[in-house]
Amino acid sequence: MSLGDSATPLGKVRGLGSAREGGEHWITERVTSIALLLLGVWLVASLLFLPKLDRQTLIEWLRAPSGAVPMALLIVVGFRHALDGMKVVVDDYVHEEGRRFAWNTLFLFLAVGGGALALYALGQIVFGGVV
Amino acid sequence: MATSRTRPLSPHLSIWRWGPNMAASIFHRVSGVGLSILGLAVLTWWLFAIAKGQDAYLGFAKLAVSPIGLIVLIGLTWAFFQHLLSGIRHLVTDTGANFELGPNKTSAILTFVGAVVLTAAVWIYVFFGAGA
Repeated sequence: MSLGDSATPLGKVRGLGSAREGGEHWITERVTSIALLLLGVWLVASLLFLPKLDRQTLIEWLRAPSGAVPMALLIVVGFRHALDGMKVVVDDYVHEEGRRFAWNTLFLFLAVGGGALALYALGQIVFGGVV
Repeated sequence: MATSRTRPLSPHLSIWRWGPNMAASIFHRVSGVGLSILGLAVLTWWLFAIAKGQDAYLGFAKLAVSPIGLIVLIGLTWAFFQHLLSGIRHLVTDTGANFELGPNKTSAILTFVGAVVLTAAVWIYVFFGAGA
C-alpha cells in the first residue's frame, strides 16, 4: 500500500506495531510528579514551621536524617521531573530535528549539572563539617 | 481526503479562544518552566549559600527579602501551587475521569483559585504569623 503526502503521521505508522519504547518518559513524568507532590509540600511546610530561617537552624535541619534524606530526594526527583517536563516543551515547539536535539541536550546537561551541584552543596552541609 | 490540507497544530495562542481549561494547560506549562529554571536555580543557590558560610548566607538572605527577591519568591510559591494543583488535575484526567465539560471547567477554575489562596495563606503566615 502506498501512502502519499496526504497521509497523517498516524496513518504512516499504523500497522507497523509498537516501537516497544516511548511510554517510559510519560510514566516517569507522572511517577516523579507524585513523589514531588509529597516532597514539595514537605519543603514548604518545613520552611514555614522551622522556628527561624537563620543559617544555624537550617544546618541543623538539613543535617538530621529527616532533613537530609528528603532534600536529597527532592533534588534528584526535582531535576529529573524538570528535565522530563522541559523535553515535552522542547519537543512541542522546536520542529527542526537538529535544533530539537541541541535544546534537549542543553537541558539534559543543565539538569544533570544543576542536580550534581545541588547535591554537592547538600553533601557539604551534611558531611563537610561546615559551621 | 485527496488533497493534503494544513492540519491544525496543537494549542496555539492565535487559534484558541481563552477559557479556563486551556488557561490551566498554559499556566501548567508556564509554571513548570518557571519552577524548572528559576525554582531549581534558587534552590541550588540557597543550598550553596548555606554550605559556604555566614557571609554568603546573609548575602542570599538580604537579596531574598529585597523587593525583587520577594517578587521572585512569591512568584515561585504561586508557580508551585498552580503546578501542583493542575498537576493533580492532570493525574485525574490520566485515569480517564473528569472529561465532562462542566466538571472539567470547574476543576480548571479551582486550580487558579486554590493556587492564589494557598500562596496568599503562605505569605500572610510568613509576614504576620507566629514565626514572624
